[in-house]
Amino acid sequence: MHNLKRQILAGPYLLWIAGFVLLPVGLILYYALTTTSGQFTVFNITSITASVHWKALVLSLELALLCTVFCLALSYPLAMVLNGMKGKKSSLVVFIFILPMWMNFMLRILAWKMLLSNHGVINTILDMLGLPGLDILNTPSAVVFCMVYDFLPFMVLPIYNAMSRIEKDVIEAARDLGAGGFTVFFKVILPLTMPGVVSGIIMVFVPALTSFAISDLLGGGKVLLIGNVIEQAFMQEYNWNLGSGLSLVLMVFVIASMALMNSHGEEGGTGIC
Amino acid sequence: MLKRSAERIYMFLIFLFLYLPIIVLVILSFNDSKSKVQWGGFTLRWYQRLFSSSSMMEAFGTTILVSLVSALVATLLGTLAALGIDAMKKRGQAIMLGVTDIPLLNADIVTGISMMLLFVRFTRLGLSTVLIAHITFNIPYVILNVLPKLKQSNRTTYEAALDLGATPLYAFYKIIWPQIRPGVFSGFLMAMTMSLDDFSVTYFTKGAGINTLSTMIYTEMRKGIRPEMYALSTILFLIALVLLLFMNFGPSARQKEE
Amino acid sequence: MSKRLIDLQHISKCFGTQVVLDDLNLYIRENEFLTLLGPSGCGKTTTLRIIGGFETPDAGKVVFDGRDMTSLPPNERQVNTVFQKYALFPHMSIAENIAFGLKIRKKSKSYINDKIKYALKLVNLDGFEKRSVDSLSGGQQQRIAIARAIVNEPKVLLLDEPLGALDLKLRQDMQYELIRLKEELGITFIYVTHDQEEALTMSDTIVVMNQGYIQQIGTPQDIYNEPTNAFVADFIGESNIIDGMMIEDRLVEVLGVKFPCVDEGFGKNRPVDVVIRPEDVELVDPMQGMMEGDVTSLIFKGVHWEMDVMANGYEWMVQATQMHPVGAHVGIRVDPYNIQIMNKPESSDERAVESDA
Repeated sequence: MHNLKRQILAGPYLLWIAGFVLLPVGLILYYALTTTSGQFTVFNITSITASVHWKALVLSLELALLCTVFCLALSYPLAMVLNGMKGKKSSLVVFIFILPMWMNFMLRILAWKMLLSNHGVINTILDMLGLPGLDILNTPSAVVFCMVYDFLPFMVLPIYNAMSRIEKDVIEAARDLGAGGFTVFFKVILPLTMPGVVSGIIMVFVPALTSFAISDLLGGGKVLLIGNVIEQAFMQEYNWNLGSGLSLVLMVFVIASMALMNSHGEEGGTGIC
Repeated sequence: MLKRSAERIYMFLIFLFLYLPIIVLVILSFNDSKSKVQWGGFTLRWYQRLFSSSSMMEAFGTTILVSLVSALVATLLGTLAALGIDAMKKRGQAIMLGVTDIPLLNADIVTGISMMLLFVRFTRLGLSTVLIAHITFNIPYVILNVLPKLKQSNRTTYEAALDLGATPLYAFYKIIWPQIRPGVFSGFLMAMTMSLDDFSVTYFTKGAGINTLSTMIYTEMRKGIRPEMYALSTILFLIALVLLLFMNFGPSARQKEE
Repeated sequence: MSKRLIDLQHISKCFGTQVVLDDLNLYIRENEFLTLLGPSGCGKTTTLRIIGGFETPDAGKVVFDGRDMTSLPPNERQVNTVFQKYALFPHMSIAENIAFGLKIRKKSKSYINDKIKYALKLVNLDGFEKRSVDSLSGGQQQRIAIARAIVNEPKVLLLDEPLGALDLKLRQDMQYELIRLKEELGITFIYVTHDQEEALTMSDTIVVMNQGYIQQIGTPQDIYNEPTNAFVADFIGESNIIDGMMIEDRLVEVLGVKFPCVDEGFGKNRPVDVVIRPEDVELVDPMQGMMEGDVTSLIFKGVHWEMDVMANGYEWMVQATQMHPVGAHVGIRVDPYNIQIMNKPESSDERAVESDA
């Protein structure tokens, strides 16, 4: 009896979800599958194959993949170094590395826009050193650069968490059984941190794939990602049906990439919970 | 030793990558010159201009209001939901957690767009729609912080309190609440920071004339960078620093370790 | 007598400012079941980890089979360890866990499969190859940890409190299992525990340690019957440890009464510790005893009765098969050869140094 009473406490939340999560997603589905006059159509979805849209999608996938690879390559060694530190010092260092993540997203973009600009700090320093300037603002490189900066902590933290949960005993056992440094890494540490790597990849790949603000501000209108296409469909062309259709395609890609990663994650072993 | 210094250098490079932009922003916020590289002497001019700009101050006020109110409402709804979910059987829990994941896993842009479609159809975009949107994506963070605390909490102590004659409400307040309080608290802080940081969802659900700092900076930046924004960055960085210090080393963190 | 397999020479180890081992010397014979016994923090686990290669001593040498292996990493040593919390690889099946060391040694597939079968049979877990680590109970995980270590045919198996996480019944079963394994494998076991009963049951040799020093080395019988100092006596089983005065050879004064004993060479009128096991205290008629006392408590322990007897200002702990009710007036008698005389340490630190073997 009492149990049932307590379950009712989740009622308001359930209503909230129904109204503000499920209903909106349903609306996307509705708009995606209708014309402006309310007729059924699949045109909004198939229009992803239109050359502009398709190019944008491919570029988004490419940049998101690049960003994810860079983040992973930077984060894994960093997580290992962080994990190697002991005691009080480590919690402070971890703190230092997650702090920038909590600064406003927009301001982080602003910072890089300023640093990378023609007469910005980086180019001035390069100039003083007699090196050629880094003219990457308004190119996909700048976008990837800023994405890596923005999403790096999302990769570091899950890997670091997975790594810190590996018992010291397990690594010693591997050494004891004859494993050298490489074997310990590839047979024990890497597989055991796979769940962290997987969630890191998801947490970086998804926002990178769907972002539109970074490309808008650092791409100078020349880098068109699928997020920009959708944003423009809604905010400039007021074509909600097309925008919804493309959003639906994007959702499918997001879900597919997550499913793909998760199936790999289980193979790698999610034994540690 | 070689490995040790390689580690040091690597950490320093990443550190530089993370902090160079912030440090430059902070320095430039005190620079009495519009140049991005030349030091023209110390000034508080940009801070003064920032504080005297009514649109900036309004956006600042809106941001604080939205993040505080949305975090509060989300904490209330989320904590109640966690209590309810905790009382459910396995299947109910799985379904509820699955639904809770939707706003977490959905791309921000999709969350924003889907809510915009709803709001435009049934009401008008404005401050309240931003609030509702923020509450929606904040609740999952509260639930995910409170639920583990509930699972850890000792059920028999609650039953013992009832056995000793406490009413359920009194037993909740005296027994369960102290055990989940750190989770509720960190859920609230997390919700607030998420809300402070949000751009995409706000962008799609705000009405004309309403701006949070994120959307404000976005519009401004499309026009060009003004030095006031360096000052704003410095202030927001300090706020993030204080909030995060509080979360990591404050009272709730200490209780977590216990 | 078999040859010395491992020789620890003048080993010292500090963690920060804390001295864990101080000039420790110990050898381990081939095919010996040697137990390092002591309270937590006595240095027993550090000693084991130095043999396993997980710690390097600050000073001293580890000689294995005549070869110095002080700085050899663990993966190049012919010893394997069974860890306290098993340390099974959670992302591998049971078979993969057991095969881990063999694969590194590039053994053939059929060899590995045979070995897995053999090892699982040896630890009574036939058919568990495909199971996951999570699905096993604590006792089963422990057996797998042992199997994983022994398939590599180490010359020495190191066991770090392997039964500590198991419940009492399982612990007793595993003790017999370990003795059987030891006999079947014919290799050296070095076993670390704080449980004196475990040590007495299984070992050929017990090394009692405290505060980084070896207190006594001997067979279980030696350690139990002839503890060399009050620490060992107190740690191994329960004892009456009483202040006494050695009057002359073979005569000690305890609580104002002179007891004949068998110890010699302590000098005359020297203060000593007198250790008498509770089962060695005989309760007799008041007139026939060496001193008289009153029973103050009585507990039935199954095999025997446990009584406290107040006599000459000391509360004696007594175990006997015959019961005397509380309040009974009794006499106390101790056979001369049941009295252990020990030098009195002047301070607790000295106690450790003085008895350093």
